[in-house]
Amino acid sequence: MPSQAYHAPATVDEAVALLSGEPDARPLAGGTDLIVQMKSGRNAPDAIVDLKHIAALSGVHRNGDGFAIGAATACTALKNDAALAAAWPGVVEAANLIGSVQVRNRATMGGNLCNASPAADAVPALVAAGATCLIAGPAGEREVPVEQIPIGPGHTSLAPGEFVVEIRLPGQVAGGGDAYLRSIPRTEMDIAVVGAGVNLVLDGSGTCTAARVSIGAVAPTVLLVEDAAAALIGSKLDDAALDAMGKAVSAACNPIDDKRGTKKYRIAMVAVLARRTALIARERAGAAS
Amino acid sequence: MSKIHVTTTINGDESEFLCTPGETLLDALRNRLGLTGSKEGCGSGDCGACTVVMDGQMVCSCLVLAAEAQGTTIDTVEGVAEGSELHPVQQKFLERGALQCGFCTPGFIVASKALLDHNPDPSETEIRYWLAGNLCRCTGYDKIVRAVQDAAAELRQERTPA
Ligand SMILES: Cc1cc2nc3c(=O)[nH]c(=O)nc-3n(C[C@H](O)[C@H](O)[C@H](O)COP(=O)(O)OP(=O)(O)OC[C@H]3O[C@@H](n4cnc5c(N)ncnc54)[C@H](O)[C@@H]3O)c2cc1C
Ligand code: FES
Ligand code: FES
Repeated sequence: MPSQAYHAPATVDEAVALLSGEPDARPLAGGTDLIVQMKSGRNAPDAIVDLKHIAALSGVHRNGDGFAIGAATACTALKNDAALAAAWPGVVEAANLIGSVQVRNRATMGGNLCNASPAADAVPALVAAGATCLIAGPAGEREVPVEQIPIGPGHTSLAPGEFVVEIRLPGQVAGGGDAYLRSIPRTEMDIAVVGAGVNLVLDGSGTCTAARVSIGAVAPTVLLVEDAAAALIGSKLDDAALDAMGKAVSAACNPIDDKRGTKKYRIAMVAVLARRTALIARERAGAAS
Repeated sequence: MSKIHVTTTINGDESEFLCTPGETLLDALRNRLGLTGSKEGCGSGDCGACTVVMDGQMVCSCLVLAAEAQGTTIDTVEGVAEGSELHPVQQKFLERGALQCGFCTPGFIVASKALLDHNPDPSETEIRYWLAGNLCRCTGYDKIVRAVQDAAAELRQERTPA
């Protein structure tokens, strides 16, 4: 497996210098995508910059009312943070659908996002939750919404030398709840045919006052579907509202046919899955209010 | 290409080796350290035959760079038995006939022991999900699950003071 150098910087600044100094240097988090791609020859970086020795990149921290998740934090560790799992169960569950225990002990949400697979499981959940990421690079730091990172299969909006330092989640509000579901032919170890993340807020009467709906594996990137959220807002998630949301997510799709599912199946299934996801989010929102 | 010098603790013993930047931990274990118990079934994280425990967490050694092992503690299948005395997980795999060709077995042994180290009384469902990253093409899994249940029961008895 070719690679000319392995670096393990201890600070963000050193990592920026290494990543911008070599023509094709790549950040390494869990390696569960990158190492597979290096072996298959899809990716042949000149240098690997391992982010796991930078203290600021590991662990889950409180950030005001919300959370800052270091980009090198493995998915398993998210489950072990009780406050995070209570506030954002959809995000934590989505990250813990990835692969096997062995894979989740290494894989990170930052890698899931920056690998830019349309079927990345953590991404729709993060988008629905309104997550942002803090990016470091040669021009300094910037914070952008998660949905702006992937721009196509395998491609991100990160500039050369930039990398994700942390993923930020707001605090979950009273009456809020999130969920993520994916459809796969097996129970474990498979790639989403369709995925849906929903985050919503209910008032005391059960009326939806805010919502975000995101879908995965049905377009070149994970999508935030504003029309689907609009269909829920102001409703009590009755059948008419859920049907309208389903129509909106189906209309937003631009899927491919592949061995996992046909275009037609994905477009129909995304409505079903978004509906199921919204009902779980509602139950959680109800429990939180 | 310069070689990287790595120092780690493997099965309780301090070890050192030289590796290339793109080399996997699995290749270093097998080819540089002669620890050929860990197997390469797929090389892509799918089969679990290469499972080792790194700093207390089980991982696919085919998806870890050898250079990443610097300063870590690694436990491989070679460290599971105490001398010639088999660990209960190994003993129960034998008794239950939980192996045929044996290619997957080192990974199953390491993963099953890792499960019982942190959950002494797993349900059948927990066992099956925990082992979802280990593929076996021979046994049909049922005998493996029974062996893990038997080993769990034996370990719980050993732990209970008489
Ligand atoms: C057996 C197996 C099963 C899998 N199952 C699933 C699944 O069910 N669902 C799913 O979504 N995925 C799955 N995956 C894919 C993979 O595990 C996930 O995408 C994982 O989250 C990648 O994270 P990582 O930390 O390992 O990324 P890495 O492999 O380290 O990196 C992935 C990419 O992102 C870049 N990168 C990593 N971190 C950063 C950063 N902080 N800033 C900028 N760029 C960065 C790397 O350069 C690389 O291009 C599976 C993989 C395997 C091997
Ligand atoms: S060889 Fe590592 S998972 Fe198959
Ligand atoms: S015993 Fe042959 S693969 Fe498991």
